[in-house]
Amino acid sequence: MLNKIYDWVDERLDITPLWRDIADHEVPEHVNPGHHFSAFVYCFGGLTFFVTVIQILSGMFLTMYYVPDIKNAWESVYYLQNEVAFGMIVRGMHHWGASLVIVMIFLHTLRVFFQGAYKKPRELNWMVGVLIFFVMLGLGFTGYLLPWDMKALFATKVGIEIAAATPFIGEQLKTLLAGHPDIIGAQTLTRFFAIHVFFLPAALLGLMAAHFIMIRRQGISGPL
Amino acid sequence: MHRGKGMKFVGDSRIPAERKPNIPKDYSEYPGKTEAFWPNFLLKEWMVGAVFLVGYLCLTVAHPSPLERVADPTDAGYIPLPDWYFLFLYQLLKYTYASGPYNVIGAFIIPGLAFGALLLAPFIDRGPERRPIKRPFATGFMLLALASVVFLTWESVVNHDWEAAKAQGQIVEGPEIDQNSEGFQIYQENGCINCHGETLTGGAAAPSLVGTGLSPDEIKTIAVEGVGTMPPGQFKGTDEELGKLAEFISTLEAE
Repeated sequence: MLNKIYDWVDERLDITPLWRDIADHEVPEHVNPGHHFSAFVYCFGGLTFFVTVIQILSGMFLTMYYVPDIKNAWESVYYLQNEVAFGMIVRGMHHWGASLVIVMIFLHTLRVFFQGAYKKPRELNWMVGVLIFFVMLGLGFTGYLLPWDMKALFATKVGIEIAAATPFIGEQLKTLLAGHPDIIGAQTLTRFFAIHVFFLPAALLGLMAAHFIMIRRQGISGPL
Repeated sequence: MHRGKGMKFVGDSRIPAERKPNIPKDYSEYPGKTEAFWPNFLLKEWMVGAVFLVGYLCLTVAHPSPLERVADPTDAGYIPLPDWYFLFLYQLLKYTYASGPYNVIGAFIIPGLAFGALLLAPFIDRGPERRPIKRPFATGFMLLALASVVFLTWESVVNHDWEAAKAQGQIVEGPEIDQNSEGFQIYQENGCINCHGETLTGGAAAPSLVGTGLSPDEIKTIAVEGVGTMPPGQFKGTDEELGKLAEFISTLEAE
């Protein structure tokens, strides 16, 4: 039955080359923890991706309740945390996932760095990876404000002051992020929400696609 | 593959009529114990992912994610703390030559150099050697950077007053106030409500009156003579009313 459906679609869209391209790639012995346990260091990249997927899914569910305005943001998070069925679990996964993804991407970066895997011809993939790291930090920073509680507001004030220390464009950068030259308020919250939910995830997905396509083109770096 | 003249298509589409075989690659000629990604290796990845997910969920159920009281921009005394992975940057800004007039050094130049070097690592460390021991500069600088990040994070954690931080962010639920009680009426009539708020939890100009720990006599004195920024002569009622007000305020306890 499934085969018949596959053949029906394949006849019309020729999906076999696409599917074989996804499924057929070699996993060399030196990256396989099944053969050498020390190869677990190669898991960190995959786990980063795994947590990212969980972040996207849990974040999608959080936006079903979250309201990005200063009157209701905290109330909606409080409701989500205390009243909504499994709200505590979904919010908890998003909260802890934000930390885990930083830990995993950091370990992955260290693995690649100490193995010298960023050397020719993989310079571009390293740079895309570092950009993904920056985007992740940006997601952590913007997401921290969204519950609109005390630590969120005051940590964001510090963060925006750091951004304002940028030479030449500091003040403009601050206004761009906060929505106002002086006030961290309603406008800041909606901007951070937009950045956290639309701008940075879009950048992240694009960069991740580039990262994965480059790995497939070049293959995993050889053993040391 | 058939190309060019004589090629057959499905209908009027550009899909070739000739089907390609859907068979996996043969990895037997690859070096070592090379495996196919699908399905052999993906199954192992899923097992690792499942173990990881169990740990992740344990963390989630054991430690509910924190939520402090609603943001109050007027609370100038709040000591801010960013999420743990920004602590090293935050700590850096506390040092004399990285803050104040030198803010640009701590907030821009040092992090800019560090992250810039990370981004451009392939162009700085250009030699063909990959082993860490054979590229002492790259390894050394990374270890130094790692040590700095760990040290700064550590310093930030030990210098932060976690008890005070916990207290300052706590969600304070006001007591249930009987707005028809005599005490509340007096509170309202004398204008105390304008600064100390409808729930008596304070506001921008005045502190909370809930759980002050003051005796009724002390409250009487403050109501008449003022304290801190509160001017004297705020209470304008009779002595009997003053007694009831003091009694009312002294019994307020946070729930």
